[in-house]
Amino acid sequence: MLNRILPVAVFMALCVLLFVGLRMADQKDIIPSPLIGKPAPEFALSTLDGDQLIRRDDLLGQPYLLNVWASWCPGCRVEHEQITAIAESGLLPVIGLNYKDAEDDARRWLNQFGNPYQQILVDADGKVGIDFGVYGAPETFLVDADGIIRFKQVGILDQRTWETSLRPLIQSLPGDES
Amino acid sequence: MRALLWIALLLCSLAANAIDVIGFRDAAEEQRFRALSAELRCLVCQNQSLDDSSAPLAQDLRNEVLLLMRDGNSDEQIRQYLVDRYGDFVLYRPRFTAATLLLWLGPVLLLLGGVLLVWRSVRRLQQQAPAATQDDDHATESPDNSPRL
Repeated sequence: MLNRILPVAVFMALCVLLFVGLRMADQKDIIPSPLIGKPAPEFALSTLDGDQLIRRDDLLGQPYLLNVWASWCPGCRVEHEQITAIAESGLLPVIGLNYKDAEDDARRWLNQFGNPYQQILVDADGKVGIDFGVYGAPETFLVDADGIIRFKQVGILDQRTWETSLRPLIQSLPGDES
Repeated sequence: MRALLWIALLLCSLAANAIDVIGFRDAAEEQRFRALSAELRCLVCQNQSLDDSSAPLAQDLRNEVLLLMRDGNSDEQIRQYLVDRYGDFVLYRPRFTAATLLLWLGPVLLLLGGVLLVWRSVRRLQQQAPAATQDDDHATESPDNSPRL
């Protein structure tokens, strides 16, 4: 009896395994960030539009989105409309992290497509990017009022991700009245 | 024809060296660096190691690894530095944790399962064999009464 059932059971288990693998295939390039739930790494970066130095702790006190972008990044152009919509919603400030870019190119890009960012931090050599575990652009982090990273989007932030996961998460955060 | 092949091979070796813009202090440093970076995954092209990827991020991370080495960090500290930022995924040699228990012990479990199956079927054959020889004894005085497998 067992000899008959066992091969079928093994086959079924294999089918389930492969099916689950197929369903997960579109997620295969996304590496879960170990930084979720941990404080954002320290940084002190100058801004694109001046010589202001912004430190991590200057941004404490209210949640913000940190959007890693560059003028050389085609995906950034794709998500630009959505990032602009988020910034215009006034729900929270969007901070840009201009990642491994030439400053002139970055300015030209902003002039051409519009600047949704409240501040733009310049990470020319990508060191802060490494501290954030950035491995491409675009990437978007949600940092809460206490400076804890709550969410990371690898790749284009589309309207669906915004409506179904990011916005509800932001609205559930405490302390954005300050 | 052979000359062309040699030229092609030469070009390949030049291309391989083109990735390497880091100046090593000595052979020992290079050896340690290569051993370490070969075990680390390039996150952009995920089936390549840091050692042999030409992605810009891999270049940055190689520089970072070398700087950390020169600052006197151990291999384990450097691995931890990358794991803190990119997760266990950067390690080609997964660590032995609760999450990777099945990964590490799976082959041993499969082997034990196989041994158990073989042992059971051998024992079943052995139990059948004496009965078969008794039947043979009753039937004829055949010398061929060895158990068949």
